[in-house]
Amino acid sequence: MEVTVAWYLTLGAVLFTLGAVGLLVRRNPLVMFMCVELMLNAVNLTFVSLGDALGDLSGQVSVFFVLVVAAAEVVVGLGIVVAIMRRRVGATADDLSVLRG
Amino acid sequence: MDAAVFTVCAVMVLSGAFGVLLARNPVHAALFLVQSVFGVAVLFLLLEATFLAAVQVIVYAGAIVILFLFVIMLLGVDRVDDLDVEPIAGQRPLAVVIGAGILGTTLTALLVAVGGPTGAPTANAPLGDAGDNAKRLGEVLFTDHVFAVELTALLLTVAVVGAVVLVRRLRGPLQPLPAEAVASKPESPESTGPDGEAGEAGQGGDA
Repeated sequence: MEVTVAWYLTLGAVLFTLGAVGLLVRRNPLVMFMCVELMLNAVNLTFVSLGDALGDLSGQVSVFFVLVVAAAEVVVGLGIVVAIMRRRVGATADDLSVLRG
Repeated sequence: MDAAVFTVCAVMVLSGAFGVLLARNPVHAALFLVQSVFGVAVLFLLLEATFLAAVQVIVYAGAIVILFLFVIMLLGVDRVDDLDVEPIAGQRPLAVVIGAGILGTTLTALLVAVGGPTGAPTANAPLGDAGDNAKRLGEVLFTDHVFAVELTALLLTVAVVGAVVLVRRLRGPLQPLPAEAVASKPESPESTGPDGEAGEAGQGGDA
């Protein structure tokens, strides 16, 4: 059986949905970050499969930049989490409502 | 053969994603994330993106998840989440509805509406075969996209400096969060006492 691009796109859509639902449901900021990583992975898979279907390298170039941005995002995000946890052990996303204006 | 590899990887990716979603312990969630990321890396190999498959394993499994685990271990936040408590009424059903909406719209946009991918490949970036994938990617990155590559270097530098600024020890006692937020969490009494924090900050200042 031939693996077509539609298979990859469907898998990417399902993976993105799981990441989005996790981001909405979980309250631990670290797990929320992991769900964001899942969503980025789903988009990467879509980029590479579409690039493969069209015979174009640009999809892989895009994934390269997404990887860099994901790494930078995790570094800054985890820095913020560390800074918050140092003041309040065990903070969840709900506790940070004090940030509202 | 391809279909078998795809099926195994898809099961691996999706079960890992469900694991991240449902794991009570953040350490378990991080390990499930590794499983999911490895599945995606094998799918990259199946799509002949050999360089990205290697980078996926090195950067995600080797760097990002390790960073997560470091933060979990250093902060001692590996407490088990109570998933039975639903803090906002109707949050989970609403999340499932939103998820179904996202899945429906993406699948419709990607597959049903246009019947598959459309568009034409660019003339200046054709896909090589798997053997010279890294070479082709490097050529394209350092000719057509060289300015963007330089910008990513700047971005990473800014991120590193930002992280250092965020987590450095401040001189003087740390300000606790407002009492309203602290009062809602009676099980963590040790966190923001001015004495302990001042001692810690003093040590940091001496060093």
